[in-house]
Amino acid sequence: MNKFEISDLDLYYGQLHALKNVELKIPERQITAFIGPSGCGKSTLLRTLNRMNDLVEGCRITGNVLLDGQDIYNGSLDTTLLRKRVGMVFQKPNPFPMSVYENVAYGPRTHGVRGKAKLDDIVEQSLRGAAIWGELKDRLKKDALGLSGGQQQRLCIARALAVEPEVVLMDEPTSALDPISTSRIEDLCVTLREKYTIIIVTHNMQQAARISDNTAFFLLGEIIEYGNTEKLFSIPRDKRTEDYITGRFG
Amino acid sequence: MKQQKISAFLLRLLVYFATIVTVGALLFVVGYILYKGVPNLTWKLFEWKYTTDNLSLMPALLNTILMTALSLLIAVPLGVFAAVYLVEYAKRGSKLVRVIRMNAETLAGIPSIVYGLFGMLFFVTALKLGFSMLSGALTISIMILPVILRTSEEALMSVPDSYREGSFGLGAGRLRTVFRVVLPDAIPGILAGVILGVGRTVGETAALLYTAGTSSDTVSGIMDSARTLSVHMYALSQEGLYINQTYATAVVLLVIVVGINALSATLAKRVSKRKI
Repeated sequence: MNKFEISDLDLYYGQLHALKNVELKIPERQITAFIGPSGCGKSTLLRTLNRMNDLVEGCRITGNVLLDGQDIYNGSLDTTLLRKRVGMVFQKPNPFPMSVYENVAYGPRTHGVRGKAKLDDIVEQSLRGAAIWGELKDRLKKDALGLSGGQQQRLCIARALAVEPEVVLMDEPTSALDPISTSRIEDLCVTLREKYTIIIVTHNMQQAARISDNTAFFLLGEIIEYGNTEKLFSIPRDKRTEDYITGRFG
Repeated sequence: MKQQKISAFLLRLLVYFATIVTVGALLFVVGYILYKGVPNLTWKLFEWKYTTDNLSLMPALLNTILMTALSLLIAVPLGVFAAVYLVEYAKRGSKLVRVIRMNAETLAGIPSIVYGLFGMLFFVTALKLGFSMLSGALTISIMILPVILRTSEEALMSVPDSYREGSFGLGAGRLRTVFRVVLPDAIPGILAGVILGVGRTVGETAALLYTAGTSSDTVSGIMDSARTLSVHMYALSQEGLYINQTYATAVVLLVIVVGINALSATLAKRVSKRKI
């Protein structure tokens, strides 16, 4: 079962042709990793999947992006609903300057959830889902900005889970974190995979090899190779993939 | 070698001199006003009623508070919402934004007496509002609008984009993002601008002489003519008979303005701390 089906996708930032003829099928409830050197378009493609590129001026997109068979650009799906189904975790932890509780409750409230008991329940479930309930259950009223970087990022994951998404997009979620926090988040991804489709952009090839089921290798706006992670890392089909994963460039 | 030493010494002398003159001038002004004013501060000056026997500054003090409140009531929503438009809704770096910004900066530099003249011709005469609290407050709000607009803009721009992204990423619209995430974070900065506006209102005379008049009673409505503390002080010194009371008024005014500045500085400090 494919969650996302992308075909003929081209994306331009003004004059820059940032994504070229992208074809990609992303399977449900697996972890798909996007790897490649900086500026190769992997984050751009990720942001296409929940239409965060809409916020960028001069960004133009052609082609099809289907979520469960429904075109997210030309269909009746509005961005509010799309982003409820396709959540996002950003590179730098970005909790809002509010309490832990308010951070997690923000999303559900946006989508009309009212009532304290219900919100309390969502907050607890989301924090449990992000494996941070134990650490934060006594600090729900504390300012989220006072948490450590790793805790902030897991809080952001909880915040994303609180709107019950189907897909979670992660844009280099561990690049600003120390190794211990990184391994916690990697473990978390593997757990989350049972319920969610996860797409993760990473600079770290070991990370992609460790946690992902499928890997797409990007170079200069093109997908050079896409397939099963184990295969891609052990017997790459393309010379350029081999050069990249063996560390000859990037 | 020796020449270098001499020039270094001279330069140091110059720097010290400049510092002493700057600080000295401030201390002298403040000290002189306190010296002349404090002995004349009596409880009688704070009585409710102004009479020719007792030049109470209480009515003017109350008028100042009312004038400030009314001006803020007009200028703050306008300024803050205009800033929200410029930062959150308008295209970044668009021509319109630049023109508005330049206009605001120019407006901020216009002498207040010019605003007064405009207020008199437009609000007092053309709109027939007369010499009144309302005319004065309208004039003042135009005057402080650029200050509030610019500081609110700065405050909004200092809110990290990652907050906006986080909110959009959860499916929130622009309105919700602005009111729930961006504005709350910008409030200390906006308040600092509002307080600057208060400072200007309290210290204003020229713009008010032309628009709110110099009636010495506490106003009973916004259509009444009213003098604020600064105008009161101007009126007293103008008459030349009540120099002692003028100095006493100056002390009260000074205390208020210093208090407002201190408040503004504290808030500004809190803003810059948050950013780290």
